[in-house]
Amino acid sequence: MATLHFLANPARFRRFAQRVLPALSVATALAVAVGLYWALVIAPPDYQQGETVRIMFIHVPAATVAMGGYILLAVLGASLLVWRHPLAALMARATAPVGATFTAVGLITGSLWGRPMWGTYWVWDARLTSFLLLFFLFLGHIALSRAYDDPDRGDRAASILALVGAINVPVIKFSVDWWNTLHQPASIMRLGGPTIDPTILYPLLWMMFTFALLFVLLVLLRTDTEIDRRRLEAAELAA
Amino acid sequence: MTAFAALFWRDLRLVLRRPGDVVVVLAFFVVATTLFPLGIGPEQNLLARIAGGVLWAAALFAALLSLERLFASDYDDGALDLLLLAPGALELAALAKCAAHWIVTGLPLALLAPLLGVTFGLDGRSLAAVALTLLVGTPTLSMIGGLAAALTLGARRSGALLALLALPLCVPTLIFGTGAIEAVATGEGFTVHIAILAALALMALATLPWAMAAALRQAGE
Repeated sequence: MATLHFLANPARFRRFAQRVLPALSVATALAVAVGLYWALVIAPPDYQQGETVRIMFIHVPAATVAMGGYILLAVLGASLLVWRHPLAALMARATAPVGATFTAVGLITGSLWGRPMWGTYWVWDARLTSFLLLFFLFLGHIALSRAYDDPDRGDRAASILALVGAINVPVIKFSVDWWNTLHQPASIMRLGGPTIDPTILYPLLWMMFTFALLFVLLVLLRTDTEIDRRRLEAAELAA
Repeated sequence: MTAFAALFWRDLRLVLRRPGDVVVVLAFFVVATTLFPLGIGPEQNLLARIAGGVLWAAALFAALLSLERLFASDYDDGALDLLLLAPGALELAALAKCAAHWIVTGLPLALLAPLLGVTFGLDGRSLAAVALTLLVGTPTLSMIGGLAAALTLGARRSGALLALLALPLCVPTLIFGTGAIEAVATGEGFTVHIAILAALALMALATLPWAMAAALRQAGE
């Protein structure tokens, strides 16, 4: 919590970001290289699904990180409404498009995986529908935060939306348990341990770590850019 | 509570002085619904199967159409500033406006829908299910739409934005509303669906007035 308040100052955040960003970029690039080689070359094909199982190494991490991204958006919304952290608004603006992109990647890869496995690109079951709603919630956040002439208005309105929409995240997570879905039930985060063979589980966990790194990198980079953009606008107004 | 009642009656009186606003919404509901038999063709079995979904989706659009003005007229003429300054709880004021909105849109839509259901060839039990699910479900739509209306006050293209924000949040209500009608058609009971619809309404009642009040406060700043 103390760090959260410490970084709430944009200037301080900027010094922090510029120290972290180069190392984080290198780490992410390495993680992507290792992860892709591990997932696409070393990991064995599935005994039922064959080579198509490799779509999972993109699909599952993208979807998981997208949901984490929405939780981040809700937390940022809360800290903007409660503490009026100036950085929370900038970071929420930076997060929403990245989250929407990860959600889109999750939807598209899932659809491409569904075609060979289920025989269809799309079904209207609870998991797919609630995940599509996550995409719409991200879009709504992007549209609302940019719909006002006064950016502060948009930031505050969007943060209320982010909090209300957070109800969807547990619905996505548990949709496979509450309803009979074509989508398979949870196989990693479940009581009794994962049900995936270690030769596939470890590269999958590594890819999830990689996607999380990539997400953090993109959000920090975009937040930093957003601060620059605000400064430019302020400078133009002053000139 | 008196403030709640005063605001509630004020909004009702405002609508009753211009009943045209309600009639337009209901007319939209009728026209939008009749497009489906025309577009899909007059086959009775097919129409009876899709009737629940069509009526619910059209009711949802009709309710959203009328929501844009829920807070906007008060925002434009300054009444909202007075509400913000008033000593009573803003949450109750927002709820009073949603309640009035439901009386003049949700309730008439729920009463009108069975009549349209007849033209889709629904049987008596299904017609009752249509009316009942709309009665229980439309308060939730009024509150979700009220939040979207409060969030988009003074925004550019607020109408389209309102729909973009409200529709995803309305999906659970829509699913369980049409699910109940489907369950009746297949001979199952629909108690579970109605209970879930009621639970959604109560959940909205327990959370959304606060979100609406927060949205109105930041609109007034």
